[in-house]
Amino acid sequence: MHAPSTHYRFQPLNIGRFVLWSLFALALAVAPLLFTSSLALTMLSQIGYLIIICLSYNILLGQGGMLSFGHAVYTGLGSFIAVHAMNMAARQGGLQVPLVLIPAVGGLAGLVFAAVLGFVTTRKSGTTFAMITLGIGELVASMALMFPEFFGGEGGITSDRVYGAKFLGLDFGPQIQVYYLIAVYCFVCTGLMFAFTGTPLGRMLNAVRDNPERVEFIGYNTQRVRYFSFIIAGFFAGVGGGLAAINFEIVTAADSVSVLRSGGYLLFTFLGGATFFFGPMIGAVLLVFASVLLSELTKAWLLYLGLAFLVMVMYAPGGIASLVMMNLRVLRFGRFKPLLPGYAALLVGALVALAGAAAVIEMLYHVQLNAALGPELPFLGLTLHVDRAMSWVGAVLVLAVGLALLEAARRRFMLRWSAAQEAIEHQLRMKESA
Amino acid sequence: MNPEFLVISLLNGVSYGLLLFMLSSGLTLIFSMMGVLNFAHTSFYMLGAYFAYSISKAVGFWPALFVAPLLVGALGAVFERYSLRRVHKFGHVPELLVTFGLSYLVLELVQLVWGRSTVPYGLPTQLQGPLFTLYGTQFPKSRSFIMLVALLMLLSVWLLLTRTRIGLVIQAALKHPDMVEALGHNVPRVFMLVFGGGAALAGLAGVIGGNTYITEPAMAASVGSIVFVVVVVGGMGSLAGAFLASLLIGLLQTFAVALDWSLAGGLRSLGMAVTDQTFGYPLLKLTISQVAPILPYLLLVLMLIFRPKGLLGTRED
Repeated sequence: MHAPSTHYRFQPLNIGRFVLWSLFALALAVAPLLFTSSLALTMLSQIGYLIIICLSYNILLGQGGMLSFGHAVYTGLGSFIAVHAMNMAARQGGLQVPLVLIPAVGGLAGLVFAAVLGFVTTRKSGTTFAMITLGIGELVASMALMFPEFFGGEGGITSDRVYGAKFLGLDFGPQIQVYYLIAVYCFVCTGLMFAFTGTPLGRMLNAVRDNPERVEFIGYNTQRVRYFSFIIAGFFAGVGGGLAAINFEIVTAADSVSVLRSGGYLLFTFLGGATFFFGPMIGAVLLVFASVLLSELTKAWLLYLGLAFLVMVMYAPGGIASLVMMNLRVLRFGRFKPLLPGYAALLVGALVALAGAAAVIEMLYHVQLNAALGPELPFLGLTLHVDRAMSWVGAVLVLAVGLALLEAARRRFMLRWSAAQEAIEHQLRMKESA
Repeated sequence: MNPEFLVISLLNGVSYGLLLFMLSSGLTLIFSMMGVLNFAHTSFYMLGAYFAYSISKAVGFWPALFVAPLLVGALGAVFERYSLRRVHKFGHVPELLVTFGLSYLVLELVQLVWGRSTVPYGLPTQLQGPLFTLYGTQFPKSRSFIMLVALLMLLSVWLLLTRTRIGLVIQAALKHPDMVEALGHNVPRVFMLVFGGGAALAGLAGVIGGNTYITEPAMAASVGSIVFVVVVVGGMGSLAGAFLASLLIGLLQTFAVALDWSLAGGLRSLGMAVTDQTFGYPLLKLTISQVAPILPYLLLVLMLIFRPKGLLGTRED
């Protein structure tokens, strides 16, 4: 039976779903062959498990409308149980869990903790839910420092992932083998989470997000829908945490379960785009690039991150994924070309403004942190002098010009953009009436 | 427990609780009016402390007491006007997110301008030293000054809300914003004033809290979650509830950090043998002062299980 589609689907995704998933698997498989440096391999491994974590977070944020500030609780506790399971398996007489199943152990831990703590948090929705998850996050984070026997105190718990019998001839000592373990888990978990969006529970979760009152009238218990979804999200978060434990072979309480880390997951899931399934995957990639590369490049990376986040919330609350999909739609209706000059103007304005802002910020940071290094600051091939007014005036001028250009470009672009959207709507109506 | 410890802890607890109330009152006012959970509320508290530090270096503490909250309030109003109002149409979650982003940004900017370590924001000479000595223990003037300012603030907010025209408009806009707008009042501007006012209250708390306690970049985060606990425990959107919960949590934390009772000690005094071989010894040996940081959150969880709407709340959701 083919029921009429009751929800919004993007056509290209449906036609090419098979192709897309194959491409995803292929990308996971060949990525370490293309980028062979050890830095790239570390980053790819992190991206792999962060994709799982961000997607699991999006079950709450995007699909359930539940803004959680305590997701690191489930990833972190998953990591701890996983690391203890590894240490136990390495001991004589302990329960022998093979390494390939350790992420599942982490997942079960995440599931159990989500079942216990989620019972309290999911009693509420909306803003109260957000506050309670924050409270529980703080509770677990401070408790973790209280029990050094289990959480290892300041030093954390270390482990060795090479133990027991080999699995298909692999001992998971080299990073490349760990990467492929992560990649397999990443693919399977992504598939499972995508399948979850199509289950009755996944659909009800969307309904609970959009109109809880009406769902109650139909006879569903919204609290229970939230609770079950929370448990599922907790499971996948734990899997991600378990993989992280295998990857680093160390878990520390001050970092893994911290509220700061939960905030990071929230930030990047949102930046990637919470309204589309694949958005958090973009977010995971960005998270690794920001925390590994951007933090190397500049000390002010958290400031840039905060600014990018604010701009994104204000101007594109659907994240990068929604920007991509909106443009794909324009492209599909063949109305992309007239927008190109607008995009070029926006890009120029944004780059100029960014250069000015970055110059100001970098000079401020230089004054604050590196005063001992002298007044010279290399910046984009130029040398700025933080002790001369000229550098400051110049930077502020560039920033002002960039902002003016950006605003002018934005106004013109919005006109063209809404014209294109109107034309598309018109085209759709014509098709319908024909 | 001797009476000296009891009285001094009681006073310390009440002064800390009143400081919490200065923060939670603005938060709860903003929440009940606009439905916005202001994640950056304690960032305004931190800004208040840092502004007061810089201003008091230039012109002294007493002008800073008035100027710093006004500056913070103006910043809050600007943020509401140009950022929060933009995302209002997207719903509550983006509103919360934009304040979350602001808290990130304020933290980074504070570290950028004032550095990453503690700043020497000291008490003015008039507030140094003890106010009175009780059973040989001194009660500092600064703590009593916090109590005084908080009570004055409570009184003036109450008078403003119930006895003035703008207060009546605010109260009406709480319940029926559409109707108030139809009657010709500029409700968005009222929102902006309330947000700015709430931020100014947080800034005022920062001015007097910053030199009594400590002024550092972590001060926003350390009190931030506690303030949320206060708001939930007191009941979302209830000022009286926030007052009760602030005092409760202030007292709870002050007493807890001073008590070194543990379950193991309690069992031993009952005549049971408790050693490090006993089952659950890591839990039993924890003293109350060690678990003090988690007590507010524990209270939050218990409250949600047994009375989900909070102490004086009326909203079930």
